[in-house]
Amino acid sequence: MYHFEKVESKIDRATLIDALQGIVSGESVLFEEEDLRPYECDGLSVYRALPLAVVLPKTIEQVQAILSLCHQYHVPVVARGAGTGLSGGALPHEQGVLLSLAKFKKIIHIDPKRRIAKVQPGVLNLEISQAADPYGLYYAPDPSSQIACTIGGNVAENSGGVHCLKYGLTVHNIQQLKIITIEGELLTIGGSGLDSAGYDLLALMTGSEGMLGVIVEVTVKLLPKPDRAQVLLAAFDDVAKAGEAVGNIIAAGIIPAGLEMMDKLAVRAAEDFAHAGYPLEAAAILLCELDGTNEEVSEHVLKVREVLKHSGATEVRTAKDDAERLVFWKGRKAAFPAVGRMSPDYYCMDGTIPRKQLPRVLQTITDLSKKYDLRVANVFHAGDGNLHPLILYDANVPGELARTEEFGGKILELCVEVGGTITGEHGVGMEKINQMCVQFNSIELNQFHAVKAAFDPQGLLNPGKAVPTLHRCAEFGAMHVHNGKLPFPELERF
Amino acid sequence: MNTDTSQQLQQQILDAFEHAIALRIVGGNSKAFYGRAVSGEALNVAEHRGILNYEPTELVITARAGTPLNEIEKILDAKGQMLPFEPPAFATTATIGGTIACNFSGPRRAYAGAARDYLLGCKIINGKGEILSFGGEVMKNVAGYDVSRLMAGAVGTLGVLLEVSLKVLPKSEMEATRVLHCSNVEALEKMHVWSQTALPISATCFDNTSLRVRLSGAAKAVDAAINAIGGEDMDNASRYWMDLKEQRLDFFKTEKPLWRIAHASDIEPLPLEGEYLYEWGGALRWLKSDASAEFIQNTVAAADGHASLFRHTQQQGLFQPLTPGLMRIHKNLKQAFDPKNILNPGKLYPEL
Repeated sequence: MYHFEKVESKIDRATLIDALQGIVSGESVLFEEEDLRPYECDGLSVYRALPLAVVLPKTIEQVQAILSLCHQYHVPVVARGAGTGLSGGALPHEQGVLLSLAKFKKIIHIDPKRRIAKVQPGVLNLEISQAADPYGLYYAPDPSSQIACTIGGNVAENSGGVHCLKYGLTVHNIQQLKIITIEGELLTIGGSGLDSAGYDLLALMTGSEGMLGVIVEVTVKLLPKPDRAQVLLAAFDDVAKAGEAVGNIIAAGIIPAGLEMMDKLAVRAAEDFAHAGYPLEAAAILLCELDGTNEEVSEHVLKVREVLKHSGATEVRTAKDDAERLVFWKGRKAAFPAVGRMSPDYYCMDGTIPRKQLPRVLQTITDLSKKYDLRVANVFHAGDGNLHPLILYDANVPGELARTEEFGGKILELCVEVGGTITGEHGVGMEKINQMCVQFNSIELNQFHAVKAAFDPQGLLNPGKAVPTLHRCAEFGAMHVHNGKLPFPELERF
Repeated sequence: MNTDTSQQLQQQILDAFEHAIALRIVGGNSKAFYGRAVSGEALNVAEHRGILNYEPTELVITARAGTPLNEIEKILDAKGQMLPFEPPAFATTATIGGTIACNFSGPRRAYAGAARDYLLGCKIINGKGEILSFGGEVMKNVAGYDVSRLMAGAVGTLGVLLEVSLKVLPKSEMEATRVLHCSNVEALEKMHVWSQTALPISATCFDNTSLRVRLSGAAKAVDAAINAIGGEDMDNASRYWMDLKEQRLDFFKTEKPLWRIAHASDIEPLPLEGEYLYEWGGALRWLKSDASAEFIQNTVAAADGHASLFRHTQQQGLFQPLTPGLMRIHKNLKQAFDPKNILNPGKLYPEL
């Protein structure tokens, strides 16, 4: 469950709506309940709230005026892109304004020589690659929601995708941002070159979940499209062997473009849905994509085939052409909706672990699955250790959602315990706010609050998300539950 | 040698915090020329050293900040791996902490990323003497603000690095260097044609007469790229790239101020008197010039770039001035990490 950080605004709702209508045209301010409904949640629909108003500006000046107004009257502001986020980061504040960047849809320009695209934050992730395609270029980070998610939201969450091991996250693939501070000031962060003067504010803004400023323009780096991509599919009768195979590929000096693992339940769901020809008897399958120049890919395919066989794969297939490559991927890409067909609801978790801990983590998840009497399918970005357990539940069964949330929380705490993190790519948002108390101690959380205050001293940008108050952590009582099992036991914890 | 001096370091910072004593952070003292001069009591980090974790198949290494850079490179090399950002050392005493604090990257930077791109996590002591950990040893981690990367390039003004975790990569199977003779405009043109292809280029350098291109990758890919690029093979190439990285080429033997200029890679040669050396596909240009700092920085700013006085015998560390809005955020961040302004005060800008 969640509760809002209460604020003392200095303006009533009617006056606020009037003032917003003075900044943008009348139809760009929504305040009737039926108009607010579509904005009540993001991709994590278990949390819902209605804001005082939704405002849809279309110019930078309007965003400046809106923020300046909210700053003057102490009104919370939650920025929102497409609302595909999975951690409740764009959940509205009941006493605040929801600032939608949906009208910032323009690709400002593509410069093939500099290999950059300058775009507005409401541009969809996939649209950038489509616009760059005629130049033989693309934008590398490809979260699974790339047909629907916006680049502004990608920067706010530091989104990843299936190609992170080789091509990095959003933070590695952007060059410049324009942001508006809560006071309404326009700042340019980063530069037109490979670095800029002063502190690395570009990194600090990336993944800051709308807590430090509102992004109004993004310059992304583009990469040349590889000459060729090839994918191998390997089946294993034991999950631990599949995990070892991943380490062996890397030890052979090869960095695959994508390296995905699915466990038995996920394979079954994906196969029923996508008919990708996956081996159903396997305990786990690995998909390994190699890209680069023609010659490099040929060489690496042979090497990886050998490594997979030596690692105990019961079967190794190489996609014979691009059509078959896409079929291999189709199952993996459909894994989430496919699992969704097996159960009325599912809850997608997002922890990262050191890869060598995979067998232990999967065993513990299996044990917890029995304890909570809830099925789990595991999808794993094996190259970078990002695990997505999908917990199957039925929201109509009383108590099942609460049990699911508790189970999910246990999985995240397990990720921290083995040296990983509570979120690899979905962000903390509202969802993982309690687990932040497990991963960070009170002085670290205080340092985060001080960073926030450097940008937004009154705490008006997305209040209550991403970093918990110490009071909240004390209520959560996480330290008691995990007494003695946490790293740095000598440090004071709340 | 493997010693943990974090308690002594913390105690010295706690004392300095209590009595508001400025501290000058010293690692291997290999980069003392870089940044503005700091007057203060020395805080010696070099003894806090040792590799804490290295898992080749996880592609991660964690070391104490005082660990010599060459010790890290040696242990990685033994497993066929490397720090992909190819950091310069400038002296054998260079530490990994100093490297990250300066965010120094070498010839491979334009093709593989900078030091900050490979930083996964760090442990620091802030200006209040508090020990804090951010990030971790995994590639994907978005819990909390990215404080780790904020430390890269902050030259110790926000925190003293205690430990860093870095992503590492396998070394390339094969390397080759080609030399082409051309003008600066032709060199820029060529580098931009190549950068729009998937050729396995790992470094470029233009020295006024010759364009050198390093290729790294699978043997067959390098062979194919040699045909695509042309030029002549270079003898002693690995020595050349090492000397470029460590600034031991003749170009760098100078009494003149050495400016580091960074802007978009395709900017036409700027109207600044002096001798140039281009790296990073044109995105980094070294300039030896007696022109005034103001003139150089204004000219570079007009090209939407930034210039810093990298090395000079008489003057130290003039970084490109920040806009008032950015300076305000910088000061607030400094206050957030180091409220008494005791960590390397003034090293980056007089106000910080």
